[in-house]
Amino acid sequence: MISTQRTFSGSSPSQSPRSPSGQPFLSVSVTDPVKLGNGVQAYISYRVMSKTNMPEYQGQEKIVIRRYSDFVWLRDRLADKFKGIFIPPLPEKSAVEKFRFSAEFIEMRRQALDVFINRVASHTELKQSEDLRIFLQEDEETMERTRSQETGIFKKKPSEFMQIFKEVQSKVSDVVLGKEKPVEESSPEYEKLKHYIFELEDHLAEAQKQAFRLVKRHRELGQSLSDFGKAIKLLGACEGESLGKAFSELGSKSEMISMKLQKEAHNLLMNFEEPLKDYVRAVQSIKVTMTDRANAFRQHYELAETIRLKEINLDKLTLMRSDRAGEAEIEFRELKTESEEATRRYETIVKLMNEELARFQEQKTAELGLAFHEFAKGQAKLSHDIADAWRSLLPKLGVSS
Amino acid sequence: MMDHEESRYNFEPPSPREEMETLPLADGPLAAVPVDGSGGGDPLLHPLQFDSPFSFSSSSPTRTSSFAEPPSNAKGVSLQATESPKGSIHLSPRRKSGEDSDYLKITVSDPQKELESTVSLVPGAGTFVSYLITTRTRASDLSGSPQEFSVRRRFRDVVTLADRIAESYRGFVIPPRPDKSVVESQVMHKQEFVEQRRSALEKYLYKLAEHPVIGKSDELRVFLQAAGKFPLPATTDMASRVLDGAVRLPKQFFSSGEAGSGYVAAPQDVVQPAKGGRDLLRMFKELKQSVANDWGGAKPSVVEEDKTYLERKERVLELEQHLSTASQQAEALVKAQQDMSETMGELGLAFLKLGKFESEEFVCDSQRIRAADYKHLATAAVRASRAYRESNSLAMKHLDKLHEYYGLMLAVHHAFSDRASALVTLQTLLSDLSSLRLREEKLEAASSKIFGSERTRSRKLEELKETIIVTEDAKSIAFKEYERIKENNKSELDRLDKERHEDFLAMIKGYIVNQAGYAEKIAGVWTQVAGETNRYANGTD
Repeated sequence: MISTQRTFSGSSPSQSPRSPSGQPFLSVSVTDPVKLGNGVQAYISYRVMSKTNMPEYQGQEKIVIRRYSDFVWLRDRLADKFKGIFIPPLPEKSAVEKFRFSAEFIEMRRQALDVFINRVASHTELKQSEDLRIFLQEDEETMERTRSQETGIFKKKPSEFMQIFKEVQSKVSDVVLGKEKPVEESSPEYEKLKHYIFELEDHLAEAQKQAFRLVKRHRELGQSLSDFGKAIKLLGACEGESLGKAFSELGSKSEMISMKLQKEAHNLLMNFEEPLKDYVRAVQSIKVTMTDRANAFRQHYELAETIRLKEINLDKLTLMRSDRAGEAEIEFRELKTESEEATRRYETIVKLMNEELARFQEQKTAELGLAFHEFAKGQAKLSHDIADAWRSLLPKLGVSS
Repeated sequence: MMDHEESRYNFEPPSPREEMETLPLADGPLAAVPVDGSGGGDPLLHPLQFDSPFSFSSSSPTRTSSFAEPPSNAKGVSLQATESPKGSIHLSPRRKSGEDSDYLKITVSDPQKELESTVSLVPGAGTFVSYLITTRTRASDLSGSPQEFSVRRRFRDVVTLADRIAESYRGFVIPPRPDKSVVESQVMHKQEFVEQRRSALEKYLYKLAEHPVIGKSDELRVFLQAAGKFPLPATTDMASRVLDGAVRLPKQFFSSGEAGSGYVAAPQDVVQPAKGGRDLLRMFKELKQSVANDWGGAKPSVVEEDKTYLERKERVLELEQHLSTASQQAEALVKAQQDMSETMGELGLAFLKLGKFESEEFVCDSQRIRAADYKHLATAAVRASRAYRESNSLAMKHLDKLHEYYGLMLAVHHAFSDRASALVTLQTLLSDLSSLRLREEKLEAASSKIFGSERTRSRKLEELKETIIVTEDAKSIAFKEYERIKENNKSELDRLDKERHEDFLAMIKGYIVNQAGYAEKIAGVWTQVAGETNRYANGTD
């Protein structure tokens, strides 16, 4: 079976652990999907095996059992902590119940999860995440406990809570002050980038849709060819002699080619349609980062505004030798720290985004190029096999090919 | 075939049959001349039916030489054949039998709206569409060059032609004629429908001309060559035309004796089935006979015993079933290939747009490279899509043979039922005869014992003897007809088998060669892209 053939920045999964003095290295694989549980609560579990030489990790090799929601937990933690970085996308939750346990869906999901965890493990910043270590090394009970803890809204840390409150506050004040439109950064380059990302998603979605349809067409053609072959064989049975034989050959070959079509349909799905889908998800992940950037920008901007006003106020109070000057001074200093932090956060995101973008473009060209290569190879082989199959019949029919 | 042509060139005094064959046709300078009472106004009602199917065929040269004027100069008919947009059909021999066809080329073109000569009460029903039919006949040794004929015909004429052929060629597998339209007047004038009909007519005439026997028929010749209005009436059933079936009944009631005893089937009527004619009483009797056949009682003296025929019929029915399935699956296959072509094309289009987008918006090198990759893939996909489409339309033409032969099954059923109804006619006459003879015996026995009323009895006896003679005649005619139809059945089934074998073998070969060729072309397209993207392969190739 075809294992992940995507290229990643960073180490390849098959390298053996180097000595501690070498580059920090982490390789992961997701394998062996197993159905666990019963009825409505049934789910698929995966075997996650990791090898590393990083000192933060306990031991060099570890195998754990994880399920899809564990991956979701990891992705959410990373998204929270590493703003500015394009978090690798996860495969979607299944919308349709009956697909959840189909072999094809499970294999597609396994492949996508494997790609996800490897991208995380290869990313210079993300691989340092403590959450990643927990995910890769903690036992299953701890994992489950950790996961359920973090998903409750009331479990959020106080500072995060305050941040949400402030965001709401600023939105409300905007409305009150008549500033309906949220503040946005407006550099022409960033505008261009935003426009590019949004349009790219549309184009890619269309391409992915057609790719998925092409998979379906292969399956349908395979099915009709098989039905046709059967009908032709029956027809041949009641014609005799050379015609009967010819029909029988035609029918058998049709059935054989039908199977090749089904195989190619699967190949197309895994190695062409999935990469395209993955590309779409990646673009959506970029949009999340863009939202983070917008939020960070707004905070930075608003705090800067607030600081300005507070400074004016403080100067006034100082001049007036008011008692409140001392208080105001302390408040001012606190706000200034916050504002500097907000500005720093925003600038980090901008810097990270630029780096990420460059890496993203290169990665995508390579991954897509490989997908195209696989696509072309698969189609070429299919057509060659079909041509050979038909040609092999011709001498039997007395035709010189 | 050749023997007949030679006998014509011997210039013997024409036998009565030949005289009738060389009858000039109705209309214009070629007035119809009825030769005998039963000929009526139908120039083609001649004793063709009583001979074996292959002996009456006559070649064109004799005919044309006896006409006052060659039909091609008949009034008002334009000689310019307007080439139909789809091209005319040449009877180029796709098999050996086609080589013998009298006709080289038949074209149907130039549909025109015309007004009915009789005014109709229904509005919109006063018009019909006529088609120009141009024919080129094979060059004969006698006249030296091929002849061209142009006539105008309407669809109703085609129906007549088909009906007449069905009457004359019982037991044959007759190519089915194009369908009538259910909603006549509304649909009739639409461009598409007219074009469909035109094309269907052309194919139908071609099929008729190609038939080794029907292609040489007078009916077809008259249809293709007689200028002006199509002269053939709809049916040869003279009695039903002269006297309505209903009008006949009183005559029967007037005859003495048991009801229906005075009624006798006119001998030549028995060459047509009772069903569908207007001879109600004969229909009734034959129906009685078939019921008697089905529900037991005395076994009729002549039955369908030919085991070979029955086995063959079984095989034909089995073939029909499988043809139906194969025909359906072929259609589904063609559709699936069509869908493949379309989706491949749309994929190519999506990638073209992507490529254009990336090359317009790029800020870094990798985007530019990716844009080029998109374009390569898109071009290949579009080329592959085109190849799939071309391959498919050729495949459709090949696989059409399956539909064609499935369609022919109906004609085979007609041929079988011709045989069955001829048998019923024969059986009816035989049972008539036996009951008549029984009465004759009784009367003769009575005359030797009972005295008195001798005159009436002897008159009755005489009438009875006359009836018996006439019925005997009818019986031998019906018997010959039945035997003839049996022969037709067999030779036609043989011909059908042979032609079907040839056609299907050609279909298979054509289909396979087509599929292989295009598959290779498509493989080439993708191999090129695989080469162009080879640098992305991570060494696992």
